[in-house]
Amino acid sequence: MANEPIISLRGVTKTYGSGATAFQALKGVDLDVAAGDFVAVMGPSGSGKSTAMNILGCLDVPTSGAFRFKGVPVDSLDRDQRALLRRRYLGFVFQGFNLLARTSALENVELPLLYRGEDKAARHAGGMAALEKVGLKDWWDHTPAELSGGQQQRVAIARAIVTNPDVLLADEPTGNLDSKTSVEIMELLTGLNRDSGITVLMVTHEPDMAEYARSIVHFRDGLVERIDSNGEVDA
Amino acid sequence: MFFTTIILAVREIRRHLLRSFLTTLGIVIGVAAVVTMVTLGQGATAAVAEQISSLGANILQIRPGQGFGRGGGGPQPPDFQMADVEAIQDQVAGVRAVAPQAQSSGLAVRNAANWSTTVNGTTSQFFTAQQWALSAGRIWNEAEEESGKAVCIIGSTVQRNLFRNDNPIGERFRIRDLSCEVIGTLAARGQGGFQDQDDVVIMPIKAVQRRFSGNRDIRFIMVAVDDAYDTTSVQSSIESLLRERRNIRPGQQDNFNIFDTRQISETLQGTTRILTMVMGAVAAVSLIVGGIGIMNIMLVSVTERTREIGIRLAIGAVAGEVLMQFLVEAVVLACLGGLIGLLLALVATFAIAPLIQVPFLFDPQINLIAFSVSALIGIVFGYFPARRAASLNPIDALRHE
Repeated sequence: MANEPIISLRGVTKTYGSGATAFQALKGVDLDVAAGDFVAVMGPSGSGKSTAMNILGCLDVPTSGAFRFKGVPVDSLDRDQRALLRRRYLGFVFQGFNLLARTSALENVELPLLYRGEDKAARHAGGMAALEKVGLKDWWDHTPAELSGGQQQRVAIARAIVTNPDVLLADEPTGNLDSKTSVEIMELLTGLNRDSGITVLMVTHEPDMAEYARSIVHFRDGLVERIDSNGEVDA
Repeated sequence: MFFTTIILAVREIRRHLLRSFLTTLGIVIGVAAVVTMVTLGQGATAAVAEQISSLGANILQIRPGQGFGRGGGGPQPPDFQMADVEAIQDQVAGVRAVAPQAQSSGLAVRNAANWSTTVNGTTSQFFTAQQWALSAGRIWNEAEEESGKAVCIIGSTVQRNLFRNDNPIGERFRIRDLSCEVIGTLAARGQGGFQDQDDVVIMPIKAVQRRFSGNRDIRFIMVAVDDAYDTTSVQSSIESLLRERRNIRPGQQDNFNIFDTRQISETLQGTTRILTMVMGAVAAVSLIVGGIGIMNIMLVSVTERTREIGIRLAIGAVAGEVLMQFLVEAVVLACLGGLIGLLLALVATFAIAPLIQVPFLFDPQINLIAFSVSALIGIVFGYFPARRAASLNPIDALRHE
């Protein structure tokens, strides 16, 4: 189990559109992510990193190639099956937080449990536990408008981990935050990776943030350019 | 899960209270209109039925002329005479009572009180035919009937307006130029359809003919048929008897008509029922318009909440769950509108019914139907927007600004 990667991409391509206007965002990506890893994904705009993240997050399917998640061939799953996979194994954190407006922090965090069919008591307990993990237990009844950016992102992280997912996908989680708050968020993510064993996949533009990862995957022109291990990042 | 969906829907509706109310206003008005129309229509039907049944069971009404009116051109058909009444009484089998009637109206005056009312001249058989009991006093005797004595039996409305709490028996009051003695009071019958049955003064027919009409004509004969006899056969016996008495040759049309009250009742009830249905159908159109209003706002809502839908899809909501969420929201909205509409209809019918003198009849069936239809409209018109929400691509939805 330890040897089998939780995520495995083989020759994955993704083409948008068709005919003359077709655009190939991924041109044959091979990538393995081991369970419990903390991977940063970097690359300039249009390098294919977002497309790759969408596929890794089971939101999109490859045009060709194989994507196995925990050994399951995701490329052969339909829309609802992929939704169930996300519900069971994945957590998402976005750059823009994406919390439901006018909805309390706790209700936001409870949302994934709702779709899992947990009852009210279990939702409440799970939601509060997740909020406690991100240090916002006392803010449970605040709506996003009443929270700072850093706090909103913490709520978003709480929502992502409330189901104890195997993989946490973070799309530029610190992109909208100042550097001090960014550090706090990164420490929270590393802590979750270290303590709960959650595999973290994070897209980022900032080398400083990528430093927190155990390895860094560089994308360029729809291909994986190189993979660096932590501490060996080229300037 | 389903219960949670409803809670989510209610929460969403509460978040946009004014908009939700405006959205469902079409349903409110539609349901209120349908239920009010149908309820009042049913009240009218019931009123007609009651008015006719108040004439008594197994009653035949005989009038000169054809149809309800006396007819347009041509010579006026003659009225009936007392001899006709006696002939029906003596020669037709199965007749329980025959009551001729001569009607007039006038202002009744007693001391300072006055009251405009109907005077009904008849024979003592009237009370048998109508099965109308007295609450006090007596019916006039044969001698009084024969001589056309100025004695009268008054309905409870007349009694209340002329005598208040005084005992009217033995008292006198004036109606037009005639001073008459009250010998009895009728048991109250209440509102019979569109008129107050108790607003009447009943006198021997000869008194009315002599003092008010100035002739011996009878405009109207009421025949009560014995329960053991078939109304139709009694009706045809009377018809052939009257044809003979009025010298109508074979092949010539009757110059009088006999109505079976049950027949009239069925005809009129049929008419009001059709009217009710037509009004209800017109009102139902507004329900459909209301449904379109809901669809409209739900479509706007889906666009507005695209990002929210994206979040839900990303964290693992399947398409069916998103569809359900929006569908339930539309249905809850429509049902709320339906409920408000029912309340409105209840208030409206309660207020309007007395104005148009129709009894207020609460019909649970039409309320239930209207409510179900509003729920159905929520489903039908909520489906398209919900379908659109469910088919959104999560990646695009998340990027939506």
